[in-house]
Amino acid sequence: MDLSALSAAELHTLLADKEVSATELTRAFLENIKARDQRIGAYLTVTEEEALRQAAVVDRRLAAGEKAGPLTGIPMALKDNLCTEGIRTTCASKMLADFIPSYDATVVARLREAGTILLGKLNMDEFAMGSSTENSAFAQTRNPWNLQHVPGGSSGGAAAAVAADEAVFALGSDTGGSIRQPAGFCGVVGLKPTYGVVSRYGLVAYASSLDQIGPLTKTVQDSALVMNVIAGHDALDSTSIPLEKPDYTDFLVDDIKDLKIGVPREYMVEGIDPEVLRVMHEAIRTLENLGAKVDECSLPHTEYAMPAYYLVATAEASSNLARYDGVRYGYRAANAEDIVGMFKKTRAEGFGAEVKRRIMLGTYALSSGYYDAYYLKALRVRTLIKRDFDAAFATYDVLLSPIAPTPAFKFGEKADPLSMYLSDICTIPVNLAGIPAISVPAGFAHGLPVGIQLMGKPLAEGTLYRVAYTFEQNTDFHRTKPALTGGEN
Amino acid sequence: MPENYEMVCGVETHVELATRTKIFCGCTTEFGGEQNTHVCPVCSGLPGVLPVLNREVVNLAIKAGLALNCEIAAFSKFDRKNYYYPDLPKNFQTSQYDLPICKNGWVEISVEGTPKKIGITRAHMEEDAGKLVHAGETITTSDESYIDYNRTGVPLLEIVSEPDLRSIPEVLAYLEQLVQILEYIEVSDCRMEQGSVRFDINVSLRAAGSRELGTRTEIKNLNSFSSVRRCLEYEVARQAAVLDAGEQVLQETRTWDEGKGITLSLRSKEEAHDYRYFPEPDLVPLVIERDWVEAIRATLPELPAARRARLQALGLSEYDARVLTSSKGLADFFDKALGGFDEAKILANWLMGDFLRLLNAQQVSIKESPVQPEQLAELLNLMEQGMISGKIAKNVLEEMFATGKNPEAIVKERGLTQISDEAELLRIVTDVIAAHPQSVEDFRAGKERALGFLVGQVMKATRGQANPALVNKLLKDGMAEGG
Repeated sequence: MDLSALSAAELHTLLADKEVSATELTRAFLENIKARDQRIGAYLTVTEEEALRQAAVVDRRLAAGEKAGPLTGIPMALKDNLCTEGIRTTCASKMLADFIPSYDATVVARLREAGTILLGKLNMDEFAMGSSTENSAFAQTRNPWNLQHVPGGSSGGAAAAVAADEAVFALGSDTGGSIRQPAGFCGVVGLKPTYGVVSRYGLVAYASSLDQIGPLTKTVQDSALVMNVIAGHDALDSTSIPLEKPDYTDFLVDDIKDLKIGVPREYMVEGIDPEVLRVMHEAIRTLENLGAKVDECSLPHTEYAMPAYYLVATAEASSNLARYDGVRYGYRAANAEDIVGMFKKTRAEGFGAEVKRRIMLGTYALSSGYYDAYYLKALRVRTLIKRDFDAAFATYDVLLSPIAPTPAFKFGEKADPLSMYLSDICTIPVNLAGIPAISVPAGFAHGLPVGIQLMGKPLAEGTLYRVAYTFEQNTDFHRTKPALTGGEN
Repeated sequence: MPENYEMVCGVETHVELATRTKIFCGCTTEFGGEQNTHVCPVCSGLPGVLPVLNREVVNLAIKAGLALNCEIAAFSKFDRKNYYYPDLPKNFQTSQYDLPICKNGWVEISVEGTPKKIGITRAHMEEDAGKLVHAGETITTSDESYIDYNRTGVPLLEIVSEPDLRSIPEVLAYLEQLVQILEYIEVSDCRMEQGSVRFDINVSLRAAGSRELGTRTEIKNLNSFSSVRRCLEYEVARQAAVLDAGEQVLQETRTWDEGKGITLSLRSKEEAHDYRYFPEPDLVPLVIERDWVEAIRATLPELPAARRARLQALGLSEYDARVLTSSKGLADFFDKALGGFDEAKILANWLMGDFLRLLNAQQVSIKESPVQPEQLAELLNLMEQGMISGKIAKNVLEEMFATGKNPEAIVKERGLTQISDEAELLRIVTDVIAAHPQSVEDFRAGKERALGFLVGQVMKATRGQANPALVNKLLKDGMAEGG
């Protein structure tokens, strides 16, 4: 039996029944990483010793008769923008190449508390800015389904690690689609929760009003299990919603009879791959066959989401990333003439091209004389996008769309930043509106996975789980495994 | 002030709020402490941290706003002020921009008896920055600079006045009144020497009688009243000289060189920072219910102006009332003592005279006074009841300062009770008259001074404990009889 191919729920049964130990499980994953990650490039840091130490602790506890929690002994990995005490957290940037946080992010502390085993830290686009993980300063992550293709981004390492069985699950962050798009490209389940459901404390900020942490998992059930651990109010995050969190597994029911699903026509963009369109239509038929009522609907302001996003996100980023100046931690340029020179040289050398591009965009958008025309206008668009969703959700329980217009593209294929930005057209409005959305494997195109996106009302993660679970239980796409090859000839 | 010009001035006052912990984290605000020991991931701006607003900061800001007659906003928010400086760990300061917590207030000042209302444009909450220590003179001339982040995140209230101030005495009266109010309501310790109050001064000149505003300069970061006075004297003269020469004052930010006593250009209008303010996305907007404001209003103590009026109504002069209300501690002391001794004028004289002299000699604040207000009242009661003379009371007060003992105990212990027993005193008076015939002769001849000498002799014989009024009477009676 290949332990590493199993879901967290399946592994939990084995661990609870003492058919496998946490140490055995951890070793299996560490071996997979050793054998595969040369090709895949998902990890930036592998915490082998620490993982085995944690596994030994778990095994001692279980041997002493302690009951295994749902995630006890489950090996997982984290996107490298989640702060881990004592473990290098780089954001895939030269700027933080040697940065070792002095504290754990809230989600990391909660996962530790739940008894999970941390295998390591995962590659990403530098500071989560990108859609292909090509913007990492350190490594190239390849799509396990075809190594010539990108895994998506910015949580590309997270999606590839889960798809290649190098971790049972991973946490990523999603600012404009950075969990859902790589999940879709790599054929795994990725949830972007409602803004405020998961604490951002310890997530290195890209765009504070859009960032949200979420799980990338092999199954919908695993997604709910991880959310049960990481969701919930945190006094350290003022934007965290003070709500009693539900048991997300309560929503895992195989029944969507009479549920109303809307398909926004604006998301069927021009240039959408016909194969992606075919997968969408098959998914719609499947859902209809399962009893849902599917209709076309409209989110009229969708076309303004992209420009609004690139103003709001970059404006916040320009301020969030100001702290990387070489004074206190991280990279510091040598041989600067004076303090201003040191700032400039450090940032010129420490940041990659895409990060600089976005800092400049955001700085410009906030500048005196341009604020009203750009930033303020973008905030107004944001309100209109929210209203679009409110109106749609007055009629529909969930909305359905592709994750991206195409499956995973090839390395270097989107060299022009604008064409890269446009690949996020289906995922960005969700972040602007702060609503939850999930990416579920729904088929294949050109031998690559294709995901569909389900979007819900604020705090309706449960409804998304219900639809996603029902879809998953009645399809086989999540059972197909990647070849971990491609590009050999 | 040159006579042909009128000064127009407004002041931004940054005052540290007296909270126990910082504005966005749980670190202590205590002054001093070894460098970088009062810091945590949040106030040192590590990657991934988020701010959580300290509610006490809002309480104190509301309290200050009410005391400064401001409107308290029902909806307020924080914004980021973006600029690069190594004492600012995030390279932005979390502050308030377009929706400050307080606005449209006023403070009443009085210069040479003329009252005037100075408008308060706004007051907003923000975080303080750290402290730079340079190996050399400045950051640009030093090979090394060090940063202490202990002060980073200490809550500040920035209080912005209207440009209503027209003279240096008005500026000083405004600042003194403002600091006094803030101290009174205990929103700040206002420890100037620790830098807990700092002033930015905006000043311009215009032709006397003109209604047009001249070009202003802003002088940053003054931290004492005397610096403000000296700086304004210099800057007004400098601007006047520029205008006299037919030139234009440049709109710029200047800095005050305390040692040289001059202002220097820091940056011109063209070089002014673009702070790129935008709403702080890591904090939620602040909604302030009326109940919250009213609950704080109920805790406001009597403010200095009201207190002065009350003391004047008790018969004290304006000067006395001003001195007694100059600090809340002194005014509270006065009020407490007045509870046990109701002769306001006598109490005021003692408090402002011997009491403060002795207190200052011990170099302690009124709150740390070894003599309690009740004890002072008791002392003055002993004096008023004729138990001890005023002169003895002074000695007793000195001993009270030295030992902290009650006045009555001291008087008893040392047998200082005034002799008011007429029979006993009469015996002494008769002896003194008999022993000094020449003085008696002089007195009878109309030399009043002789009486003083004789009183002195009686006092000497009684070690100062004789009731002076009674001695006077007995001496006069005795000498009249003898004639």
